[in-house]
Amino acid sequence: MESILTVEQLSVSFTRYSRGLARTELSAVRDLSLTVEPGRVTALVGESGSGKSLLAHAILHLLPRNAQVSGTLLYDGAPLTRDRAETLRGREIALIPQGVTWLDPMMKVGPQVRRGRVDAASRARCREVLDRYGLGPQVEELYPFELSGGMARRVLIACAVMERPRLIVADEPTPGLDVRTAKRILGHFRELAEEGAGVLFITHDLELALTVAHKLVVLYEGQTVEELSPTRFRAGEGLAHPYTRALWHAIPENNFL
Amino acid sequence: MRGNRRKTTLLLLIFAAGVLCALSLTGELLAETASAADFSRKNLPPCPACPFGTDWMGRDMLARTLAGLSLSLRVGALTAAASGAVALVLGTAAAALGGWADALISWVIDLVMGVPHILLIILISLACGRGFWGVTAGVALTHWTSLARLVRGEVLQLKETPWLRMSRRLGVSRSALLRNHLLPHLLPQFLTGVILQFPHAILHEASVTFLGFGLPPEQPATGIILEESMAYLTTGRWWLALFPGLSLVLLVVLFALIGERLRLLLSPAAAQE
Amino acid sequence: MLHRLQFTAKKLVRMALLLLGVSLTAFLLMDASPLDPLQTNVGQAALGAMSPDQVAKLEDYWGVNTPAAERYLGWLSSALRGDLGTSLLYRRPVLEVVGQRLGSSLWLLLFAWAASGALGLAFGLIAGTHRGRWPDRLIRGFCLTLSSTPSFWLALLLLMVFAVWLEVLPIGLSVPIGAAAESVTLAQRLRHALLPALTLSVTGLSNIALHTREKVADVLDSDYILFARARGEGHILRRHVLRNVALPALTLQFASIGEIIGGSVLVEQVFSYPGLGQAAVSAGLGGDMPLLLGITVATAALVFGGNLAADLLYGVIDPRIRRGAART
Repeated sequence: MESILTVEQLSVSFTRYSRGLARTELSAVRDLSLTVEPGRVTALVGESGSGKSLLAHAILHLLPRNAQVSGTLLYDGAPLTRDRAETLRGREIALIPQGVTWLDPMMKVGPQVRRGRVDAASRARCREVLDRYGLGPQVEELYPFELSGGMARRVLIACAVMERPRLIVADEPTPGLDVRTAKRILGHFRELAEEGAGVLFITHDLELALTVAHKLVVLYEGQTVEELSPTRFRAGEGLAHPYTRALWHAIPENNFL
Repeated sequence: MRGNRRKTTLLLLIFAAGVLCALSLTGELLAETASAADFSRKNLPPCPACPFGTDWMGRDMLARTLAGLSLSLRVGALTAAASGAVALVLGTAAAALGGWADALISWVIDLVMGVPHILLIILISLACGRGFWGVTAGVALTHWTSLARLVRGEVLQLKETPWLRMSRRLGVSRSALLRNHLLPHLLPQFLTGVILQFPHAILHEASVTFLGFGLPPEQPATGIILEESMAYLTTGRWWLALFPGLSLVLLVVLFALIGERLRLLLSPAAAQE
Repeated sequence: MLHRLQFTAKKLVRMALLLLGVSLTAFLLMDASPLDPLQTNVGQAALGAMSPDQVAKLEDYWGVNTPAAERYLGWLSSALRGDLGTSLLYRRPVLEVVGQRLGSSLWLLLFAWAASGALGLAFGLIAGTHRGRWPDRLIRGFCLTLSSTPSFWLALLLLMVFAVWLEVLPIGLSVPIGAAAESVTLAQRLRHALLPALTLSVTGLSNIALHTREKVADVLDSDYILFARARGEGHILRRHVLRNVALPALTLQFASIGEIIGGSVLVEQVFSYPGLGQAAVSAGLGGDMPLLLGITVATAALVFGGNLAADLLYGVIDPRIRRGAART
């Protein structure tokens, strides 16, 4: 299948000051490669600090200025340059971020979902997407601080699907949610994939990734060490890297060995 | 990314320390020259022999300027240190004692902040009978408020860290905690705060002296020099006001720059810029 | 609504207590002063030439023989009735002198307050959105220099350049010398107020600009700006940055009242502008305790009033307070 996003040997490093007068290069992502196909959910699994959020920011060209990026990013077969990313983001590529802090605290939900547009079509579309996630008209009049954790995530998903994107990058969209709510949110991702979008689901939670993903990519210390299907992972087949094996053993039902 | 900010900050600090020493030394040495009248060379505009010109009594303006700066430095250092001490004591007391002591200290801070500094310094200076001690007390007693708030906040935050609470329960003594944990954490922030006070202190001393509530007229303080220059402005003796003021600005900029650099180094957000 | 009223009432009580504290502190400081009002105002020589009777009368006038506590309570009880005593220098009620001087300073203060706020906000926004690049460096350098410049020296410089050297603006005073108050035109007033207003505007500017810059930087570093960029939003500055900087800017603006008034003391002195600040200096130098006390309390009231206004406006503007209060 033709992939919508291809990442090859991506590396991201930062310049920062450490103790004393020294200035060091901190490499956060060293060798990250993966592909995302339309209609499928690709899960990138890694523990916190393994640099997985940087991938989302690199795809959207949102990294801070002191970041050095190398490697290849292809979207729909063509290089994803900064200019191209700037025209695509919000239209074809959508980000679903972590939580409520990603909403402007001083602006009501409605205008935020609509990105400030007030025409009838935008209003109707906004109503439609909020409705789809069970958020009634009164939610449009709320400020972010008045939303519960689950509501905030659904608002963020609504923001992403406003423009019918072809690639959705979800960056740790579930922490702080109870398992039922988290599963429901993940169900929405699966739905979006079934409608034809490519979904990149970035998480540290292996079990959640297993429930939703078509494909599993394991990130360890800034490197992708394994790519396999959830079924193969569950069966414990062909786990090449020691970290992946450790992950497999960390799942309670595999521990009887 | 140009240069290494930490290195330039260090260089700047060394440079400032040099300026500080040189100024206070020359100030001492020039005290005589600064007030020596020589009526044979009155009202000279700047010339090679006297680069800052002379005043209506033939006093050398360069010597007066340097003596004034050294005086400013001494008052500035003394007041910054004194207000730092007040801030440290009251800030720690407010955070450590809590309850009514905290409320009272917060109230006093609000009170001091409610009166424009210059007015409060005038009042305190008057209470002390003006002069050196009047203006020193005035500046020291008005500049501690923001630093005290900072100290209070830091101590409160430290008090709540699980590590500290556990050590207390394990029987580590208060003074040991203070020495090994509180002080190392607080000291850099506190010292930066004191250095940031320095420019304000110097400027307020000069202002209050200029208004006539500070150092006495016989001393070559910058405020006095500028106050005297007012009478000769209309007759076009621009050098009387320009050079002493400009030197003061340069001195204050130097310290403001250092304070700013140190503050940036301490703030985690700026570490990556 | 009840919540807001309670909040306001609490703030008002606190403000009244603070004013009481200010008046008591100022009174005690003045009382502690070793400067003898008789010697400062009448002069050693004149005192020596007077009969003991005359000296006693003068001592009564300047209040030398009454105990401090009695004098403060006396001052307080008449102050509560709206009488702040009589100015010794001007021989008129303090309230009248303060009112008249404040009236003359008011336009100066308001102009400087508005100008420094508007310019400071603009500079802060420009610097904050261009962090690390040349507009930011330029503005930061400018602000650092400004805040390191004593306002009275700046006033002297402006005087030298515009009044002495270029001779385009008057030396000082609020009206031309010798002109009757009624015959002064608005244009003349403006010409005389131009330099003082300019100097004073500069006083508060750097503080507001630098703090606004920090706030803008904080907002730009926030997740919601990153999200807005990730969604390809336009007008991020207007839609998100301004909206979120508005509240801190409001606080800064109202907190700068004290600084502007303090600056006016120096600026009015240099320009011989007959305002409240100049009166404070004359009162201090002349040992006019009732007037100095009156001015201190009046300026403190303005500062606290500003803080109160900021708190109340916060409640109206900030949805977290407005809605939060409505729910409880």
